[in-house]
Amino acid sequence: MIEAAKPDAMTPVFCRVLKTHQETRDTFTIDLEPPSGPQVLPFAPGQFNMLYVFGVGEVPISVSGDPRRTHTLVHTVREVGAVTQAMRRLKRGEVLGVRGPFGSSWPVEQAVGKDVVIVAGGIGLAPLRPAIYSILAHRQEYGRVVLLYGTRTPEDILFRKELERWRARLDLSVHVTVDRALASWRGSVGVVTTIIPRAHFDSNNALAMICGPEAMMSFTVLELENRGVGLEHIYVSTERNMKCAIGFCGHCQLGPKFICKDGPVFPYDRIRQFFEIREI
Amino acid sequence: METLRPILAEHPFFKDLEERHLDLVAGCASNVRFKAGDFIFRHGEEANEFYLIREGLVAIEMFVTGRGAVNVQTIGEGQILGWSWLVPPYRWMFDAHALETTRAIALDGICLRNKSEQDHDLGYQLLKRFATIVQKDLDAARLQILNIYEVHA
Ligand SMILES: Cc1cc2nc3c(=O)[nH]c(=O)nc-3n(C[C@H](O)[C@H](O)[C@H](O)COP(=O)(O)OP(=O)(O)OC[C@H]3O[C@@H](n4cnc5c(N)ncnc54)[C@H](O)[C@@H]3O)c2cc1C
Ligand code: FES
Repeated sequence: MIEAAKPDAMTPVFCRVLKTHQETRDTFTIDLEPPSGPQVLPFAPGQFNMLYVFGVGEVPISVSGDPRRTHTLVHTVREVGAVTQAMRRLKRGEVLGVRGPFGSSWPVEQAVGKDVVIVAGGIGLAPLRPAIYSILAHRQEYGRVVLLYGTRTPEDILFRKELERWRARLDLSVHVTVDRALASWRGSVGVVTTIIPRAHFDSNNALAMICGPEAMMSFTVLELENRGVGLEHIYVSTERNMKCAIGFCGHCQLGPKFICKDGPVFPYDRIRQFFEIREI
Repeated sequence: METLRPILAEHPFFKDLEERHLDLVAGCASNVRFKAGDFIFRHGEEANEFYLIREGLVAIEMFVTGRGAVNVQTIGEGQILGWSWLVPPYRWMFDAHALETTRAIALDGICLRNKSEQDHDLGYQLLKRFATIVQKDLDAARLQILNIYEVHA
């Protein structure tokens, strides 16, 4: 059954652009200041906002900032089409419409007491970053924490400086791999599934969070299953086109589920049968 | 002499291998160590071993005219390097060199091929395990060709 939407869920609030920062050749991070001053609506890691560029259109983008830093709303965006390109061109002080936060979140609380395996492909690292911040803020409550990140080339590595800081920590194990590289690259080469066997975690007591293209997520699930992680402990973040983001329009439907409100984060065993449906 | 048998027995690759087969495999095993930059094997050479990587990182490289050496895959801790020893004409198709100090167990392919000829059960067990590796390499290569992280405009 579709729940009634909150009356204000369709009305954007106006946020000012504080800055945009180019992360890689096609990806940028945009920092927004909410209208009510230095207090952002609380969001849970994995949730998304509908960002509206005036006169161009509205798109769903996950929050990529730190849930505890409440004065700036941060999103990391890959330029693919009209709206994301227009967003990239916004200057400091210009205004963007924001609706949200919407959707389900990464199970950071269920993961307490467990080993955590975070697997990101490409831009998929952005929606996972708030979960990483939350886990690191309560690091002692978790077992081993492993971040596996795969991207196209060394130039496409997102949040490079932050990854280096994380890699230097003794309580977080970070593995980065690229699809292709020249011989000068000293790191791993191969899709992200190839580095899963190298990761140290207790598969009987692990929770996995995966975000990336669907093909990457399917193969990652297979590999984790192979390592003995139960499907009910594997969470994936799904993407479909969105219009309303509140379960009204049906644009984002995946079988009986609405990605906008039942997702985007699902335990894999609950959406398994719909996962491989090519387009809806 | 210290035997590598207990280490082999714990490796997932040899999971559920019968005791007598583990003994045969351990008889073909030795410890090896490579410094960063060392070549482990080169394209065209005879392929007479494979390696269980215990520590370090190995780059599999291909020489591409005009581009030089291209790193197509890396193999690290817990992974198996090389299956050309199993398939005639037993020649390496790539170069492999250590990116870091790498410790591994080398398994002598000639020794294993001979034992497999005498004991087909052992041969079957090895083939079954290598078939999985070949399949995974193939899947990974397909994903790489697909360029799964690319946005398809
Ligand atoms: C819940 C959710 C969270 C998201 N979070 C993020 C995020 O944090 N960062 C981010 O950059 N994007 C994110 N996206 C994807 C983002 O919404 C789309 O990339 C965006 O809608 C594209 O809009 P556009 O107008 O710029 O491009 P369009 O004009 O709609 O598309 C241009 C071209 O790009 C292709 N395309 C569009 N979106 C995608 C995609 N996601 N993957 C591959 N190809 C695509 C289209 O097929 C089309 O060919 C998220 C999507 C969902 C559903
Ligand atoms: S976007 Fe409208 S129902 Fe989900």
